[in-house]
Amino acid sequence: MSARTTPSATVGPYLAIGLTWDDGPSAVEPGTPGAIWLRGRVLDGAGEVVPDAMVETWQADPDGRFDHPDDPRGARARPGFRGFGRSHTDSGEYAVCTLKPGRVPDGEGGLQAPHVDVSVFARGLLDRVVTRIYFADEAEANAEDPVLRSVPADRRGTLIAQPTDDGYRLDIRLQGDGETVFFAL
Amino acid sequence: MTGMTTPSGLVLPRYPRPGAEALTPVGFPDYRSTASRAPLLAPVDLPQRLTEVTGPLLGEGRVTAADADLTRQHEGEPQGQRIIVHGRVLDGDGRPVPDTLVEIWQANAGGRYRHVVDNWPSPLDPNFTGLGRTITDGQGRYRFTTIKPGAYPWGNHHNAWRPAHIHFSLFGRAFTQRLVTQMYFPDDPLFFQDPIFGAIPGSARHLAISRFDYEQTQDNWALAFSWDIVLRGSGQTPFESDDDGDVA
Repeated sequence: MSARTTPSATVGPYLAIGLTWDDGPSAVEPGTPGAIWLRGRVLDGAGEVVPDAMVETWQADPDGRFDHPDDPRGARARPGFRGFGRSHTDSGEYAVCTLKPGRVPDGEGGLQAPHVDVSVFARGLLDRVVTRIYFADEAEANAEDPVLRSVPADRRGTLIAQPTDDGYRLDIRLQGDGETVFFAL
Repeated sequence: MTGMTTPSGLVLPRYPRPGAEALTPVGFPDYRSTASRAPLLAPVDLPQRLTEVTGPLLGEGRVTAADADLTRQHEGEPQGQRIIVHGRVLDGDGRPVPDTLVEIWQANAGGRYRHVVDNWPSPLDPNFTGLGRTITDGQGRYRFTTIKPGAYPWGNHHNAWRPAHIHFSLFGRAFTQRLVTQMYFPDDPLFFQDPIFGAIPGSARHLAISRFDYEQTQDNWALAFSWDIVLRGSGQTPFESDDDGDVA
């Protein structure tokens, strides 16, 4: 039996009621050795900060493994690591505490560069938009990553987070100059 | 399991993208907020790899049984029509999605949200927060007790009113299946002027509308509405060959 997919709708302006978790931003417990913060603003087409978005992240652990039964290498849990983070932008930016992911097989015999899958939800978006975060200090891995290579060279920079004192920073531009590369899944 | 084999021999589930006739566009001109927020450039195709076919398996410890009853979260009961909202979470093959987190949020009976930016002149209800959570059972079923939310004005256009709706957030088992949507009620007279409902392709709009379910009403207690939610599924022949002809 096949069934038709339920259509998406916007989270609207009141998403904070339903989607707030006290531990939402903690893909890993803050204070865990090696923990980093991923931070950035979400900007609209006028360059204004979007204060009512939610950014969700999903990623492999530092060994490139997932705690998930559909990983054909086997599920591997890392204590204290959820791999998933969600952060509102009501402070002006998103902030997720996590571990830097390892490289993950690309399914074609190679390895993907370390990356984080990202969903952005907001009033004004009738479906989530999906992007990735890569890391500027992984230039060699980034150069051979099949997803980055599929993106026009002059737009790859929109996916690459820059190192900061406590992690990495990447702004997400929903629209306009320097529009972030979004992906169709 | 249904899946595809990559050239390096990894067997992955697959979640094909539905056609445009089934997808709400990210931007829709009649919904004014999309004008400065919806991306203008075409998205880049992302073949589904390990990160996309896995996802957070949330639930354990995230919810209690009480989280599924929005009428019991305060000392008194909220105003409004008590209703049961129930259904199943399925994938595109019609298979249940068990043990998955379902989060809902909604306005109160007067159409007011408990949120700092909602200040239209309809009262808050001290006995209603409007937040519910549950985990689907082994057959993919979910069930909430709540009150029917009211319609409310929102300024998108002159005399704009949102049809009554409940927001739903679902994870499924893969990043690719993530869904945030809104459930509507049957025969709402406000559909015609609502661009958030109207943005859904015409042939898919009925999929966002719940069904009045007399069978599940409770005598002397509550009305009931039924709504099944379908996440992306495989919709594919098991072990179908990959593009390069590599077969599991």
